[in-house]
Amino acid sequence: MGKVIDVKDVWLRYKDLTVLEGVNLSIEEGDFLGIIGPNGGGKSTLLKVILGLIKPQRGTVEVLGTTPEKARHLIGYVPQYNPSNLDFPINVREVVLMGRMGKKRLFRKYTEEDNAATEKALETVEMLEYSDRQIGELSGGQRQRVFIARALVSEPKVLILDEPVTGIDTIMQMEFYELLKKLRSRVTIVMVSHDISAVSVLVDKIACLNGKLHYHGSKELIPEDVEQVYGCPVELIAHGVPHRVLPKH
Amino acid sequence: MLEILQYEFMINAITAGILASIACGIIGVYVVVKRIAFISGGIAHASFGGIGISYFLGINPIMGVLPFSLLSALTIGTFSKRTDVAEDTIIGILWSMGMAIGIIFIGLTPGYAPDLMTYLFGNILTVPQSDITMMLALDAIIILVVYVLYKEFMALCYDEDFSTVAGIPVEKLYLLLLCLIALTVVVMIRVVGLILVIALLTIPAALSREFTDDMRKMMFLSISFGTAFTILGLMLSYYFDIASGATIILVMSSFYLLHVVIKKWRTISEKPFEI
Repeated sequence: MGKVIDVKDVWLRYKDLTVLEGVNLSIEEGDFLGIIGPNGGGKSTLLKVILGLIKPQRGTVEVLGTTPEKARHLIGYVPQYNPSNLDFPINVREVVLMGRMGKKRLFRKYTEEDNAATEKALETVEMLEYSDRQIGELSGGQRQRVFIARALVSEPKVLILDEPVTGIDTIMQMEFYELLKKLRSRVTIVMVSHDISAVSVLVDKIACLNGKLHYHGSKELIPEDVEQVYGCPVELIAHGVPHRVLPKH
Repeated sequence: MLEILQYEFMINAITAGILASIACGIIGVYVVVKRIAFISGGIAHASFGGIGISYFLGINPIMGVLPFSLLSALTIGTFSKRTDVAEDTIIGILWSMGMAIGIIFIGLTPGYAPDLMTYLFGNILTVPQSDITMMLALDAIIILVVYVLYKEFMALCYDEDFSTVAGIPVEKLYLLLLCLIALTVVVMIRVVGLILVIALLTIPAALSREFTDDMRKMMFLSISFGTAFTILGLMLSYYFDIASGATIILVMSSFYLLHVVIKKWRTISEKPFEI
């Protein structure tokens, strides 16, 4: 099992605000890691650092043994929900095809292979029949499935999801989590979420982030960590299945 | 009605109208879907600096506008991407800065500045053959670039972060798109003038969005709308002897507002009990 992502001592400041304080994180192949933490705790920023969209002032980031920029074609990215471009004139197929772009494919039209990969990805997320729909006509849950397909279509080694269930109703969330369970055997998954209880049922490792990252390479949360991250004791109860997140004490 | 077609200036005017409609039909779609109307307005107005410098140097203003509008596009684009100043602040500053440069140079030019109004407000009836040739060349460049980079421009407009991760050079392509806007501005100067460019760039595209969800169809539809409005405006301005650029803009905006009102009225009458 090799290291997929290796973040070492990353510091990031925006003007006067320190967003990431000496973050260390290593993710192994086949991991399903959930990153939780309060809003403004730097979760999305950390993902963007891993993707190479933001350069940290200090520290190093390696993805699959190389720089994030060079590893990009091996990363499937599902960005945070952005309601502002719902009326964009683009249909489901065109959205997924975006995942087949790349530096080497500049100036070229999409090929038959691209179309076939797109169909396959849409089949995986059970959205093939919606291929011709304009993206804004879908429900939040359906749209999120399309974005998963777009991330999968390049056959990535890592899937990075930023708050994937924001704005989706509870039933659709459950279906969405089922899809992730299906995918976890195929790719390494890193998911940022503020839904602690759902994350704790789904993933097999949890990290807490609030400027500093608390991570022990396991699923169990240490109460002191959680308290430190959220600034107060948090009741951790999983819904659906009885599941213990905190160790017995 | 058809007898006006025997005048060469009328044929030139119609040709110019069609060429301008092609450029802004295609590029206007990007301006509308990426919501960069303000940045486009900035590029157009800043280009006035190029007009002033051309007067000062005694060259054809259209030739002076071309490099200057490209320069403003690159400057506005680079500043808004690379600095942490709010984008609209940067646009506002460069918008007026370009115009100020133009005014200073016109002031420095001895004598009266002929045809200045033409470049500010357009006069489609006086487009010379040389400008038509240049508009044709610029249209060809715009069509070619959009043809080869269609999927990248679409992705860039839809989702910049994802496009970056997918590995396409987002910032360079964005600057290229702004340069295409600059070329479009040059194509349109003769028709509606610098000040009114923004209407021609947004109205046909926004109207076409109402009828289709497909970007390619939007482009063709908005070229058709642009052509129809331009020719209608041209005819009205000819028969009533009023300013052509302004008439074209009034025709367009009236149609667009009419469409909005009719659409609103329809939705209200379809759901009579909804408040």
